[in-house]
Amino acid sequence: MPPRETVFQLYLRIALYGFRKHSTYRAAALAGAFTNTVFGILRAYVLIALWEARPGLGGYDVVDAVTFCFLSQAAIGPMQMFGGSLDLARRVRSGDVAIDLMRPASLQLWSLADDLGRAFYLLLVRSVPPTLIGAALFGLTAPQTVWRWPEFGASFALGLLTSFGWRYLIALSACWIDDDRGVQALSGVLMSFFSGMILPLTIFPGWLGAVAQATPWAAMVQVPVDVYLGTRGLWEALAFQGAWAAALLALGALATAGARRKVVIQGG
Amino acid sequence: MIEVERAGRSFTHRRKAGVLRRERHVVHAVRDLTFSVAPGEFVGYLGPNGAGKSTTIKMLTGILTPTTGRVRVAGLDPSRRRTALARRIGVVFGQRTTLWWDLPLRDSFELVRHLYNVDQGDFRRRLAELEELLDLGSFLHIPVRQLSLGQRMRGDLAAALLHAPSVLVLDEPTIGLDVVSKAALRAFLRELNAERGTTVLLTTHDLGDVERLCSRVMVIDHGRLSFDGTLGDLRATAPEESSIEDVVARLYTGGG
Repeated sequence: MPPRETVFQLYLRIALYGFRKHSTYRAAALAGAFTNTVFGILRAYVLIALWEARPGLGGYDVVDAVTFCFLSQAAIGPMQMFGGSLDLARRVRSGDVAIDLMRPASLQLWSLADDLGRAFYLLLVRSVPPTLIGAALFGLTAPQTVWRWPEFGASFALGLLTSFGWRYLIALSACWIDDDRGVQALSGVLMSFFSGMILPLTIFPGWLGAVAQATPWAAMVQVPVDVYLGTRGLWEALAFQGAWAAALLALGALATAGARRKVVIQGG
Repeated sequence: MIEVERAGRSFTHRRKAGVLRRERHVVHAVRDLTFSVAPGEFVGYLGPNGAGKSTTIKMLTGILTPTTGRVRVAGLDPSRRRTALARRIGVVFGQRTTLWWDLPLRDSFELVRHLYNVDQGDFRRRLAELEELLDLGSFLHIPVRQLSLGQRMRGDLAAALLHAPSVLVLDEPTIGLDVVSKAALRAFLRELNAERGTTVLLTTHDLGDVERLCSRVMVIDHGRLSFDGTLGDLRATAPEESSIEDVVARLYTGGG
């Protein structure tokens, strides 16, 4: 076994390559940033109309609601909130995954490092500028203390891990399902609705709200935004997200072993 | 270096045979395959499409376990010691690439160094050597997606050799290459085998590869070896003055 340090360097390099790989598609990222901004503005007007009709809905005031809108828009690129799939799904379909399985490295960590590199690039291009434009146009809720920034950062990072954990499982499902387009579409609907991308989950009453807020998708957008707004306890939020991230990554590890067994032993 | 003993590999497919009934259908891709390759040999592994070549390669590289029999490569059981084996063999698939599509070729090599934990000094020395032999210098800084197929193949070959494996497995490495690229690749492989003593197993449909490179030829058909011998032995199976294509075609179609 190579020393831990070398292994860390390997995955760090993969993350760096993931970043650089995406930075070669600058035009696509800029187009994404533009779309995120325009849709952010449209969503903001819808939410403003809703909150002016029902002030204090879901525990937010109008400015909180607009802040929610732009912070959730910021999650779209890095967390692929409309169900954007990992490159791995394509590699499973084409059989290129055999090459990945031959490498002396973990398929899951490899994909994670690559995806985090991608997420970091899109964070810079597709998250920060639209949020700044939103702040300039509408004025967003400022963080209550300076500590809110690292707290939000930690919660956002756990959101990224949870999003990867989920999308990795969806990508690997291609090992068992001949045509994974249905699963991808379902994943897109689940991610966009239950994360709070469509409407903040806090406004849903009763059991629907409770269920929606307990899902892993809530850990991706709703919870980090609440941490920023200060409407949710920090440790409760991080524990909730950490539990989902750990559970999905553990399931991913099991699925990787299953996929390996399927390829290596059953030859599928 | 490579030992295959009575290895077999079957696949079970289920297919619908009625509303609820499903039929199991077993396909034997490889059955009762036995051969061994000594260190330093250059072996051509031929066979018609669907004969079991790829299945054999998958068993040798550890991405498929044999259902029966035993396989050893560089002293290891491939599917059980996949990680250890990866450090001792190099694999190149003509139809796939291990390189990072969007990044300069050099970056893929740098990743290989980390992946196989190659010492910095060894890495520099080997890369300089490969750069010269494969003439990589002019496109090391170019993203892989912009390379020609011939350049990409040379890049893939270099990536497979940077950790100095003792066995090199090549699956149709010359597919789609023009005559000049083919000649360059062959010259390189010949030198690699002669100078470094790297054991090479080569599957190909290009009989020019076999004629120019392989001291020994194995032919697999219906999952079994139908021929194993020198190039001269292979020619001797057909009437004199047959072309190598005719000789092999006779073997594939069961004539001769």
